[in-house]
Amino acid sequence: MPEAAPRVGLFVTCLVDTFRPGVGWAAVKLLRDAGCDVDVPRGQTCCGQPAYNTGDRADTKAIAEQTIAAFEGFDYVVAPSGSCAGMLIKHYPQLFDDGSAMRAKAEALSARTHELVSFLVDVLGVDAVDTQFDGTVTYHDSCSGLRELGIKDQPRKLLGSVSGLTMEEMAETEVCCGFGGTFCVKYPDISNNMVGNKTANIGATGADTLLAGDLGCLMNMAGKLKREGSAVQVRHVAEVLAGATDEPAIGEAK
Amino acid sequence: MSSIDKSKIDTTASRTRILNKLGATLATGKDRDARAEAVKTHLRQHKRNLVPERGNVEGAERIALFRAQAEAVAASVVEVKSADEVPEAITAHLREHNLPARVKHGDDPGLTGLPWGKTPTLERDSGPANGDDAVSLSRAFSAVAETGTLILVSGADNPTTLNFLPENHIVVLDAKDLGGAYEDAWDRVREAYGAGTMPRTVNMISGPSRTADVEQTIQLGAHGPRSLHIIIVNGE
Amino acid sequence: MDITSPAFKSNVKRALADKQLQRAMGNVKVGFVKKRSAARDKLPEFDQLRDQARDIKDHTLEYLDLYYEIYEQKVREAGGKVHWAATAEDARDIILKICQAHDAKTVTKGKSMIAEEIALNEHLEAAGITPVETDLGEYIIQLRNEPPSHIIGPAIHLNRDQVEASFRRAHDHLPDERSLDEVSELVDEARQVLRQKYIDADVGITGANYLVAETGTSIIVTNEGNGDLTQSLPKVHIVCTSLEKLVPTLEDVSTILRVLARSATGQEFSTYTTLSTGARREGDPDGPEEYHVVILDNGRSDMLGTEFQDMLRCIRCGACMNHCPVYHSVGGHAYGWVYPGPMGSVLTPTLIGVDKAGHLPNASTFCGRCEAVCPMHIPLPKMMRHWREREFEHHLTPRTVRTSLGIWAFLARRPALYHLASSVFIRALKLLAFGRSRLKSVPLAGGWTRHRDLPMPEGRTFQEMWRAGGHE
Repeated sequence: MPEAAPRVGLFVTCLVDTFRPGVGWAAVKLLRDAGCDVDVPRGQTCCGQPAYNTGDRADTKAIAEQTIAAFEGFDYVVAPSGSCAGMLIKHYPQLFDDGSAMRAKAEALSARTHELVSFLVDVLGVDAVDTQFDGTVTYHDSCSGLRELGIKDQPRKLLGSVSGLTMEEMAETEVCCGFGGTFCVKYPDISNNMVGNKTANIGATGADTLLAGDLGCLMNMAGKLKREGSAVQVRHVAEVLAGATDEPAIGEAK
Repeated sequence: MSSIDKSKIDTTASRTRILNKLGATLATGKDRDARAEAVKTHLRQHKRNLVPERGNVEGAERIALFRAQAEAVAASVVEVKSADEVPEAITAHLREHNLPARVKHGDDPGLTGLPWGKTPTLERDSGPANGDDAVSLSRAFSAVAETGTLILVSGADNPTTLNFLPENHIVVLDAKDLGGAYEDAWDRVREAYGAGTMPRTVNMISGPSRTADVEQTIQLGAHGPRSLHIIIVNGE
Repeated sequence: MDITSPAFKSNVKRALADKQLQRAMGNVKVGFVKKRSAARDKLPEFDQLRDQARDIKDHTLEYLDLYYEIYEQKVREAGGKVHWAATAEDARDIILKICQAHDAKTVTKGKSMIAEEIALNEHLEAAGITPVETDLGEYIIQLRNEPPSHIIGPAIHLNRDQVEASFRRAHDHLPDERSLDEVSELVDEARQVLRQKYIDADVGITGANYLVAETGTSIIVTNEGNGDLTQSLPKVHIVCTSLEKLVPTLEDVSTILRVLARSATGQEFSTYTTLSTGARREGDPDGPEEYHVVILDNGRSDMLGTEFQDMLRCIRCGACMNHCPVYHSVGGHAYGWVYPGPMGSVLTPTLIGVDKAGHLPNASTFCGRCEAVCPMHIPLPKMMRHWREREFEHHLTPRTVRTSLGIWAFLARRPALYHLASSVFIRALKLLAFGRSRLKSVPLAGGWTRHRDLPMPEGRTFQEMWRAGGHE
């Protein structure tokens, strides 16, 4: 780590930006508490996955180039999402021809980009947070974070340090919740079957709170839990780690 | 060797088209001799890839591993001290399982040469299976401790059908023929038949026949033998 | 067989409403996953073997033309014959001709996905030859006149009571009082019925899991022993296989065999692995007098050198579908052709055209579980994405998707406009919500709200708040 406070560019992600800005503030707090100097470049929009996963490579590349430019000069780029971080880390480089200047830039961005919780634990060496959460939580491993970035133990480690918090693991926690970006609206019936399995597994734990590291999955699971009349509260893991749980949980009234 | 083909089908045109297409994609711009040499070398050397450590055991340990692995896949295994004890081990097995005192086997000297006089009540037939045999007897060419797998080869003295059609299969394995890994068996095959040559059929057999096609429930005796009994001749 | 892949969405609806299917799929997602994981844990070198298995196939594909020349020479030396089939039609004609040359009335068949791909049974039946499937699962679905729903467990979509009903319907010798309540009784019944068929058959047809160039050998891997009876009793053995099955040496195939059963069923090794080389030898008391290998291309050679080449490494273990939550939801028939699950979603468009199979590579969340368990490290999600790119390039992507994506991308490429639009968008949504924290229906978002509520935004974007200098 550099001597001075590391300069972190927060990749907000479009869902956090629009639907749950509180996650962004929780991320900022966690990063500042860990000694980072945080900024939020204006030149960012979305990571480009909606275009990428629809097969629109030209727009994906244009968005990637824009993101790469927006985050030049930061020591690190951090996103409160395994999926968006995975896009920057694993997929941006592959968009550009081997040996091209953009490929080199994409690889440089990839090398300094991290998902929030794994950044705290693996890069900054954070092993505990000083906060309280009274309740039993269960944690869903979002696919990209888990399988592209190897995020599994890091959130559990930090959650283990939250006083008052009990962890109750669900069955099939590594199985997809059925969100899949545009998948959930293109194939709503399959998605519903998948999220229905997920909410059954969540319910079986008896936990009062569901946590995960990706807002897309969280909105999907929260939407289904609420439709089923479940009392389970749904939050981004960063909210609990930052002690930012005064605001209502996802989809809950003030 | 028979190579009759009554059908007289000629697919040369397709062959040329397919192989030319492969060549156009794979060989264009590459050195022809270098490619040919790479293939020849790979085949000539037939190098071992990573062989799991598990099978790397000798002597009694190797036999113990083979036994454990074969038993884990529902084969039964006994050890005898010499080939002379095999006939009695067979009759003991047949008696214990209420099987008729009759076995069918090929003309393998390793079987015909056994002291059958010791078990006068045991009837023996020779030849391939015909569908009516309750019990067959075979001699293993080799075996692999890694997964408790028997290696049986076809030949004039070793009908393949005996390995599959009868309900019960007994196999005699000389401990000297037991290897640790599959690769050990291939070395033995090359030694016996010459590199690049195989008997018509090599059967790798791990336990009796089974299926899980109905509700993933494992059920023994699907089409092949319901039971597999292995007699290891371990002369130490 | 009929292709219903274009009707994927209605197939899905039917599958999700099918209680028997849903019950059967409940077994699949638990059983296979646990068994594979236990088998992996028992072999410390498992992941290294996967890497090597991938490298072996990549090496073979790089020299495929040369290895085939050697393979063919070896088959000939062993008294066998290789037939080359550019298309499915070629392959079934070759097989029919061989059968007719022997005046075949019945042929027994071991499990072969290539035979399914070329719709062999229909072709033989049309020519008056009766094909008898001998793999228990294949036998069951043949009785039911259904295609397989899984590449290694063709009848995995069925429950015991459905199998019993099919047996009672087809086996008219069965007295009503004969119990078929237990799986063992069903297996025994099939065993008895098929026994004589093996002996009576004129020709035996099997697939091949692998071909070995070094020795001219074909290999089948089974648990039941049906494939062995199929190929050792009749006078003629036909191997029905495809271009990507070749492996150089016995050592190479050993490595692949070590990952095959563990990935597929979680067994350390399948019960029967049989290596067949040529025809019955001089003096042999049994075995086929003729040995034919039919090698099907059917578009595979076109995949070489493209972004789909890695798919040719596939060893048909089924691990990808065993771990796929989409497959678990809808079963194999919904995919509408021979190959279901993630491997099918990549392979089917190459074989029947992306215009017909376009839904398949789209019906994935890219959760990555298939790639994570694939013994050959095939990047299945990446190749599904390639198909989506092809569809996008060829304007096969639905117009509504294209239009909304176009508007979104226009904004996403202009940050200032994008941030403004985001603010306007969430304010509009907030207005629509009338103070509610979530909505049960939202115009143009029926895909979402049909099954779940849509949580409402807080009212300002993070970017707005950040620019305004802080929280709240």
